[in-house]
Amino acid sequence: MSEQTLEIPCNIPADAVNPVEPFLRMDRMPHIWCPGCGIGTTVNCFTRALIDSHANLDKVAIVSGIGCTGRVAGYANLDSFHTTHGRAIPFATGLKLANPELQVVVYSGDGDLFAIGGNHFIHAARRNMDLKVICVNNLTYAMTGGQTAPTTPSKVISATNPYGVFEPAFNLVALAEAAGASYVARWTTFHVKQLSRSMEEVLRKKGFCFIEVISPCPTLYQRRNKMGDGLDTMKYYKQASKIRHGAPTAECDLTKSGEIVVGKFVDRDRPSYFEMLNSQMTETLGDRYAEPEVMCEQC
Amino acid sequence: MEDELAASITIQGAVWGGAKAFTVTSGPGFSLMMEHIGYAAMTETPCVFVDVQRGGPSTGLPTLPAQADMMQARWGSHGDYGIIALCPNSPQECFDLAITAFNLSEEFRVPVMLMLDECVGHMTEKVIIPDAAAIDVYPRRFTHLPPGEFRLFEPREDKVPDMVRAGDGYRFHVTGLTHDERGYPSMNVDTQRSSVTRLLEKLQPFTGERALSETADLEDAEVVVVSYGITSRVAQRAIDLARQKGVRAGKFRIISAWPFPEKHIAALAPKVKAMVVPELNLGQMVHEVERAAAGRCKVRLVPHAGGTVHNPEAILKAILEAAE
Amino acid sequence: MAKGFVAINVERCKGCGFCVEFCPTRVLTLSSAFNTKGYHPPNVMAAEKCSGCDLCGMYCPDFAIFGARYAR
Ligand SMILES: Cc1ncc(C[n+]2csc(CCOP(=O)(O)OP(=O)(O)O)c2C)c(N)n1
Ligand code: SF4
Ligand code: SF4
Ligand code: SF4
Ligand SMILES: [Mg+2]
Repeated sequence: MSEQTLEIPCNIPADAVNPVEPFLRMDRMPHIWCPGCGIGTTVNCFTRALIDSHANLDKVAIVSGIGCTGRVAGYANLDSFHTTHGRAIPFATGLKLANPELQVVVYSGDGDLFAIGGNHFIHAARRNMDLKVICVNNLTYAMTGGQTAPTTPSKVISATNPYGVFEPAFNLVALAEAAGASYVARWTTFHVKQLSRSMEEVLRKKGFCFIEVISPCPTLYQRRNKMGDGLDTMKYYKQASKIRHGAPTAECDLTKSGEIVVGKFVDRDRPSYFEMLNSQMTETLGDRYAEPEVMCEQC
Repeated sequence: MEDELAASITIQGAVWGGAKAFTVTSGPGFSLMMEHIGYAAMTETPCVFVDVQRGGPSTGLPTLPAQADMMQARWGSHGDYGIIALCPNSPQECFDLAITAFNLSEEFRVPVMLMLDECVGHMTEKVIIPDAAAIDVYPRRFTHLPPGEFRLFEPREDKVPDMVRAGDGYRFHVTGLTHDERGYPSMNVDTQRSSVTRLLEKLQPFTGERALSETADLEDAEVVVVSYGITSRVAQRAIDLARQKGVRAGKFRIISAWPFPEKHIAALAPKVKAMVVPELNLGQMVHEVERAAAGRCKVRLVPHAGGTVHNPEAILKAILEAAE
Repeated sequence: MAKGFVAINVERCKGCGFCVEFCPTRVLTLSSAFNTKGYHPPNVMAAEKCSGCDLCGMYCPDFAIFGARYAR
């Protein structure tokens, strides 16, 4: 069946385009993601958030680490950086420090942000660096073959734990809150409306914001655990999720097949990195302090 | 930043945000930075790394001198790429070469290493800081092409591409993956060959005409001491002593160590009996000297495992033996 | 008359079924035919029920479908 022979029995205006397309590098499609992978769904939500927040897209930069999720930067029609494994946050920090008017979004996987990159995550949250961190949590190192990640729940079968994971997993939302994040939410790829609303909210909020998106990796996680395909996973998310805004994050652990607490857990105002810098320096130096002019003269 | 892994990539974020940026470390931190020296080479991000060398391996000799990171500076990250490394031997030169390092990083779009050693790093000497207006600054090579026409990794005649910064509407993509001229991942044999070859070729001028060095007494020299950093100051003493004893010793001080100034060493080799190479390591740059001399003169290493500097007598002894 | 329409790029589709499952008014069904990559794309079986809500567009991981309301 080709496009020419398809009959769509509704009237499609000639100028209709998929609203996601202007946000994608269409010359790089098709993308690499598997059938039923949730990463593309999160990209749709991010796109809608950009539209709804009326962001100036020339001033939005996206930074990814390495992994299936790490490929998002390469598909986004924004200033985009595909960095090294685990280091998206420090790269993004440099970008933000050099050019504070940029809206800097970090878009990466659970392994990238919380295993190899975990140290950078907690420190950026501690500093309340003005970054919007979106973590697609598929509970595994997907790109490299489905190894155990710090997020993989116990009892799960993975490439590196063929007899079941026995280490406790990180609770990412609790970690983010404890480290100092200004905003913490969790959704699944089933919750497209809520997710895009959360993304829109963080695009409008100052400080370190964190959104965890639980997402299927049918190829390497669900299949190995006999949990069906992407659609089965989406149905599980629908059935097992409980929206509990403001729930204590410590109660939001994930298990292999149990309840998934979703919602906005933290939304608070802490002084941002720049505010802390400027107030400390002004306190110490008084008039002698001028807010840093970080752009080089020739630039 | 929280660690050297972070610092070495934060500076690169800052560069793509439009700033000039550098980071400073010593051996263990330099080891952690290797991944991002590769990233800077691959993404052609101009930035500066300062390494104040101490004895190693591992924690080694904190705050005691060595010059044992020279090969790591060149080869420390995986893959084929080139970098520039400069070796100051005084506080004044630390200042001057820091400016040169930034300028070269912008001109060639490479990470530039400023390779100090603990002695130079902790040295107190008079430094003349010129008027800001008197300092030559190589401006970032921003493209003049508008978005749409500009290709992020399309090289100019000197094999170096022009640059943009985030926020200016170019909607560009930077990746550490092998990429085509648009900056898009392109993982195939042809792109790999052409891009990696260019990363090395753009630095070719430093093997000859753009190499930085300081020479003295070469006209009549029978033995040339090839040295760098603090060791060059000890070597100067040995050269003076040798001349007093009637041995015509000369000086070749390497300032730009990488790319190795092989054309200069190759030109010098047939004119002398020997080259003596004192280093605060058990033999690193001496391999490059041997390679460039290619058997046309003797090459003698004067090794030192680090912790202090050479005794000039040890270098003198090597000069006298080499002159025989 | 339907309030909205749904547009499908069958060649981009990977047949995950998200759009079919989560269309609130059950406009779609998976076709028994294959696209050239061997996946079953969705088919519009009840165009008149389409509200143009674009939930299908938000779910589709392959950017292969979207819905929109008719102007006016
Ligand atoms: C320093 C380093 N170690 C290991 C790898 C190999 N690697 C590539 S992607 C990846 C895991 C990514 O997992 P995650 O961040 O969860 O992304 P996903 O693929 O699941 O979206 C690893 C270990 C690497 N690229 N660099
Ligand atoms: S391996 Fe998993 S995460 Fe990666 S593209 Fe496939 S389904 Fe998605
Ligand atoms: S959601 Fe997209 S990929 Fe999945 S079946 Fe529908 S059109 Fe195809
Ligand atoms: S636009 Fe809404 S109603 Fe129409 S097909 Fe898509 S999901 Fe169904
Ligand atoms: Mg993952």
